[in-house]
Amino acid sequence: MTATPDLASKPPAGTRRQMLAELWFYFSQNRGAVVGLWVTIALVVVALAAPLIAPHDPTMQYRDAFLAPPAWQEGGSSRFLLGTDAIGRDILSRLIYGSRYSLFIGAVVVSIALVGGIVIGLVAGFFGGWIDAVIMRVMDVILAFPSLLLALVLVAILGPGLLNAMIAIALVLQPHFARLTRAAVMAEKNREYVIAAQVAGAGRLRLMFRTILPNCLAPLIVQGTLSFSNAILDAAALGFLGMGAQPPTPEWGTMLAEAREFILRAWWVVTFPGLAILLTVLAINLMGDGLRDALDPKLKRS
Amino acid sequence: MIRFILGKLLYLVPTFLGVTIVAFGFVRVLPGDPVLLMAGERGISPERYEQLMQQLGYDQPIWWQYLEFLGRLFRGDLGDSLVTKSPVLGEFLTLFPATVELALCAILLATLIGIPAGVLAAVKRGSWFDQISMGTALIGYSMPIFWWGLLLIILFSGVLAWTPVSGRISLLFYFPEVTGFMLIDSLLSGQDGAFGSALAHLILPTIVLATIPLAVIARQTRSAMLEVLGEDYVRTARAKGLPWRRVVGVHALRNAMIPVVTTIGLQIGVLMAGAILTETIFSWPGIGKWMVDSIFRRDYPAVQGGLLMIAAIVMAVNLIVDLLYGLINPRIRHV
Repeated sequence: MTATPDLASKPPAGTRRQMLAELWFYFSQNRGAVVGLWVTIALVVVALAAPLIAPHDPTMQYRDAFLAPPAWQEGGSSRFLLGTDAIGRDILSRLIYGSRYSLFIGAVVVSIALVGGIVIGLVAGFFGGWIDAVIMRVMDVILAFPSLLLALVLVAILGPGLLNAMIAIALVLQPHFARLTRAAVMAEKNREYVIAAQVAGAGRLRLMFRTILPNCLAPLIVQGTLSFSNAILDAAALGFLGMGAQPPTPEWGTMLAEAREFILRAWWVVTFPGLAILLTVLAINLMGDGLRDALDPKLKRS
Repeated sequence: MIRFILGKLLYLVPTFLGVTIVAFGFVRVLPGDPVLLMAGERGISPERYEQLMQQLGYDQPIWWQYLEFLGRLFRGDLGDSLVTKSPVLGEFLTLFPATVELALCAILLATLIGIPAGVLAAVKRGSWFDQISMGTALIGYSMPIFWWGLLLIILFSGVLAWTPVSGRISLLFYFPEVTGFMLIDSLLSGQDGAFGSALAHLILPTIVLATIPLAVIARQTRSAMLEVLGEDYVRTARAKGLPWRRVVGVHALRNAMIPVVTTIGLQIGVLMAGAILTETIFSWPGIGKWMVDSIFRRDYPAVQGGLLMIAAIVMAVNLIVDLLYGLINPRIRHV
């Protein structure tokens, strides 16, 4: 028999385009989500074009301008639009370069956590039995620790630094993906299209990744967006505690840590890096909310 | 019900064993020899080294060391701090009330504002109140709280000079510790102005720590209420002529609270993580600051003990929430 075994998992191109169009329709109904999307796109552009748009080198120290206030305040000049920090570096340029770190951290952490969580969750949900029990207990153990604390301890073991911070955060975010994938797989695995594919002779790997996985993606996409913002927040927190990116890296959390002792003398060194973190995380969360509503069939009024 | 509780407890045993393995393994995977780490910069003679190795049991096989670790754990012995040389458990218990006081105030604030805000937003769906409160909630949810704390310090301690920057109470006051909660102890002391000072020290850290739970609770309450308000029994209650206030307050709210109670309980992990940042910013002498300091001082027994205790507390609270969930929602009790 030569019937194609995965009719269910591979919709014709037309249906897929139609699904995307429908997703966009519901997503674009949500004003906040669209704003979030635009801000995120703008951030990506800023990060990519950092060397072109930054007015100064982010690590250059101007000895004639320590703690220069922003341009609109008395004593400020248009040379440093958002002022300078304690050793005379231009804050605006550091913020622009900092966007590279935050977006990079988010992307890498979510990719690692997503791929790891999907594989672990698929294996647990698909095989069940003692494999499932062992895997899920390990996930429970990770979730028993507050995520920031576990990340902090992991970084203490691995040594402070941006790479180790990313590994640690990915590890503590990963169980959420594993649990979601497992739950979705358990719900899907006895459905008719899966059994049909199995009868038609699809192997285990094919069943897991090509037949079942595409139908579990919706909650994973939403969780991925929310984890993206969590990763940025946690990495900034680690940087703030001195366990993430190390100075003079213009990472936003690290900038805040360096600025801490000047909070009562120079408000701008503290305010702007935090504002950058808040706006980035807010934009991504707005998008995440929109995606969740668009992907949740319960909320659709069709 | 007893079977339900026992089942839940039994379920936690392997997880707790896993937690002990993580805490035990953490010190083992650190680069460097534990005895040399203890000796510090000054170094140590080979004889003393051998003696310490034997005394601390590091010459035994690893599984035996783990079993001994477990044995000590069940006798309540978490080892001694490398820095202060006093028992880790004692240090933890001394600092713990400060964190509990802060966390309780934070969760109280978050609940008292979050639930009414969420209910009102759901009832007046689409109104300006709904939009503003949910917008604010999303900002709170996205807030880097360590920065938020610094901003509040700039405004209230710097510009307005209303609140102190750090600590739990002004150094002018001294009184014996009774409950460990500064608010209560300062009242009991009867000293003029002590309670006010304790309150002024507590207020900013409470706001900072409450921010994320408040946002989560408000959002969760709103969506739970919206779901319940669409149910048939709400329409029935409305149709039989009950006043709207009663329908919302009794019929809808009671059912909507089921997921909200779970959410509040699950905030304990968020609170502990938040306490690390909040206590660091405000120099609040609690567990969070102690953990960060211990990590920086490389005081591994303290970190190990702290990890274990915090995980145990998170698990215990989650268990209580699970049981409460069974209590308020009888549908799941026998599953």
